[in-house]
Amino acid sequence: MNSYNYIALIPILPFAGFLLLGLFGKRLPEKISGLIGVLFIGIAAVLSLTTAYQYFITDGVINGTYPTLEPIKFTWLQFTSTLSIDMGIMLDPISVMMLVVVTFISLMVHLFSLGYMHGEKRFATYYSHLQLFTFSMLGLVLSGNLFQIYMFWELVGVSSFLLIGYYYDKPSAVAASKKAFIVTRFADLFFLIGILIMGVTADSFDFNTIITTLTSSAFQENYTATFLGFSVLTWALTLIFIGGAGKSAMFPLHIWLPDAMEGPTPVSALIHAATMVVAGVFLVARLFPVFSVTDSGALEIVAYVGIFSALFAAVIACTQTDIKRVLAYSTMSQIGYMMFALGVSDYEHGAGYTSSMFHLFTHAFFKSLLFLGAGSVIHAVHSNEMKDMGGLKKYLPITHITFLIACLAIAGIPPFAGFFSKEGILHAAYATHPAIYYVALITSGITAFYMFRLYYSIFWNKSETHLHDFHGEGPLTMKIPLLILGALSAVAGFIPFAQYISPTNTPQESHFEILFSIAPVLIGVTGIIIATIFYKTANGKAAAFAKSAGGLYRSAYHKFYIDEVYTFVTKKIIFNLIGRPAAWIDRNIVDGLMNAIGNTTITFSASMKDLQSGKVQEYALYFIAGVIGLSMLGIYLWM
Amino acid sequence: MNHITITQILFLSTALFFIGVYGLLTRRNMITMLMAIELILNSVNINFVAFNKYLYPENLDGLFFTIFIIAIAAAEAAVAIAIIINIYRNHRSIDVEDNEEMKY
Amino acid sequence: MSTTKIFRAAIFLLFTLIGVAGLYFWMQVEFVAAVQIIVYVGGIVVLIIFSIFLTQQSGTEMAKPTMQRRIFSLIAVLCGAGLTGLLICQHTFPNNAADTMDDSVQNIGTQMLDYQDAGFALPFEVISILLLAAMIGAIVIALKSNAEES
Repeated sequence: MNSYNYIALIPILPFAGFLLLGLFGKRLPEKISGLIGVLFIGIAAVLSLTTAYQYFITDGVINGTYPTLEPIKFTWLQFTSTLSIDMGIMLDPISVMMLVVVTFISLMVHLFSLGYMHGEKRFATYYSHLQLFTFSMLGLVLSGNLFQIYMFWELVGVSSFLLIGYYYDKPSAVAASKKAFIVTRFADLFFLIGILIMGVTADSFDFNTIITTLTSSAFQENYTATFLGFSVLTWALTLIFIGGAGKSAMFPLHIWLPDAMEGPTPVSALIHAATMVVAGVFLVARLFPVFSVTDSGALEIVAYVGIFSALFAAVIACTQTDIKRVLAYSTMSQIGYMMFALGVSDYEHGAGYTSSMFHLFTHAFFKSLLFLGAGSVIHAVHSNEMKDMGGLKKYLPITHITFLIACLAIAGIPPFAGFFSKEGILHAAYATHPAIYYVALITSGITAFYMFRLYYSIFWNKSETHLHDFHGEGPLTMKIPLLILGALSAVAGFIPFAQYISPTNTPQESHFEILFSIAPVLIGVTGIIIATIFYKTANGKAAAFAKSAGGLYRSAYHKFYIDEVYTFVTKKIIFNLIGRPAAWIDRNIVDGLMNAIGNTTITFSASMKDLQSGKVQEYALYFIAGVIGLSMLGIYLWM
Repeated sequence: MNHITITQILFLSTALFFIGVYGLLTRRNMITMLMAIELILNSVNINFVAFNKYLYPENLDGLFFTIFIIAIAAAEAAVAIAIIINIYRNHRSIDVEDNEEMKY
Repeated sequence: MSTTKIFRAAIFLLFTLIGVAGLYFWMQVEFVAAVQIIVYVGGIVVLIIFSIFLTQQSGTEMAKPTMQRRIFSLIAVLCGAGLTGLLICQHTFPNNAADTMDDSVQNIGTQMLDYQDAGFALPFEVISILLLAAMIGAIVIALKSNAEES
């Protein structure tokens, strides 16, 4: 077995980049800081690819499975003889895959930002934040330990806060970053409770130990602890899933994702397409053996939350006019797909698990491509709204082609990447939960519809749009990532994923049934045709349909009023019932107590002040009176 | 002389002592305070002589103490007067109540 | 002692000191009585009267202390007097047989300069140094005030 020690470099390089650019970036010219950023991530990406090659190809299968390795591990905090928090790096198939995804997409975003963020005042700060985020995400996927993943989880939250709020003089951006941080932090409260319960139950925080302990049949038979009618283990898993749902923007913790589009577009490509939002999915995949073995409900909850979020987001995406928001809801929908794929998967063959990870892999490519393409469009048009766009295919040819490839991929049209992964998910769902299968089928139709609505509204629809001060499509640094990602979205589907990734870490055969795939493709094509009818040319059909849909359209446009519900709950209930009394207590009782103590001292000392009057006779009087008094005491008490 | 016991002389000196104390605490003029101090010293003198005569007539220690006290009282009165005159030059008043420099 | 005119107070002090001297005479310690009259009456009272003149207080009336001060002092003094009186009454003094005291001047002189056990040579010397210090101190204070004036 070859040594994997060079893996420590992979997270360390972005961290060094963060420190370097953060401390010295202001003094470096823009080109140098950009170059440093790209270079560090580039080296990390090359190392990741090397790791993947070494892990999957060179070392390959050992004793029938891909091994779970821990090249670096040291004990950080020891609680009891068996319970400790260790820091280190753990390698298994999904973490190696995530390494490749994170570093590669990060490299693309770094390259793209060279052109997109050109001329920004705080260029180096932007790059240092990106490096910090990459470091946190790499730490997250390489964690071998529940606590370590929690630490990097929070670090990822902080980095995304910094990046979303990058334009800090815009109040909407500040509010959006606060919202993202608070919602995910709220979810992380439940995550922490889940971690603690899990740690106590399994007597360890290590993933390996937890999995082997909790899946052993001896444990399953003897475990009887319950709380409110459900097994404590189910509670722990559900709480952990809630934490993951917050980060992955599942309903009802999704409210931060659309607002997070206030950040720069390459940031959205990195964070909200490929990396941070899949952290929840990654977490459930990590603990998948425990999820699937535990008796009741946790996996069911994952499945139903996933499918509901997918449908919910798809409906809303049909009505939005801000192109980034459409993409945000699309992300939420696709992550819903990944979640319910995990939810319907079984352990032995794990078709759902494999498809979920495969969809994560391909989704990273085409979603970040979509976001970067949107960035290119926004760069040309200087606006996010669809009404300012239309007929841009003449002006932005490369963006047009790559955007089209990505839309076809996400709609599930063969032979592009999305087709293979989506087909795998639907196949897994059909085997165990037919109801979910039909809902997912309808959702993929809606997906195709709104994606092509977006595509046509940008590139076709109106005959000509006059673009003021159009500089051309963008520099080379913006075009190259688009082309690379476009190519990958086209061919990534042909990777035989099941050979590498499965719940038991053994290579599986990938299923592929032509007959089964007809239904999804047909639905997808139907969606595309409907979108073409409505949106290819500017006619009133879409508007007429919207009016006839009436109330449904309006509530979808307002995101089903979920934000208003949250505002109501926080303002009327939490602030008034909890916040105000707490503030009153703090001001009057706590501060009042302190002030009272202070005032007492002052009053007392003021009254004692007059003893020092400066008059000698008074001092003599006190002296003599004291002597007489003491002698009286002494003589009569002592006698 | 025999029918005057020591107790009576001690009463006398005690009375003189406490009159002096009262004067020290009550008088506002610095010079009268000095006079009160002289009274106190004199009462102590009487005490010494009385004890010497009635209890230990073979020694002369009480007498010596008395003489020394008189000498010291004289020296102290001189220095006190000098200080009082100095204060008078600065404050134009020898009222004790006006010397409040050591006030808070 | 409680007059408001300071000069009268000085004269009352004079009479009191003469009375104490008389007491000494009655106790048959003539030497001490003589010293009392010479030093106290002839020296200190004269000094006090001079200082009264120097501070130009002889004609005016003195200020009276507050009632609060007087009452508290009175209470303290009476308590003290009562305490001491009680102590004196309760204590039994031994009656000494030998009644006479040999206090001729010659005896006093011999013992004062005696440097043996019962002698007072050391206190004698110390007091002479003290008197010297007092003189110098008085002169310095007087000098300083002169320097400030000029």
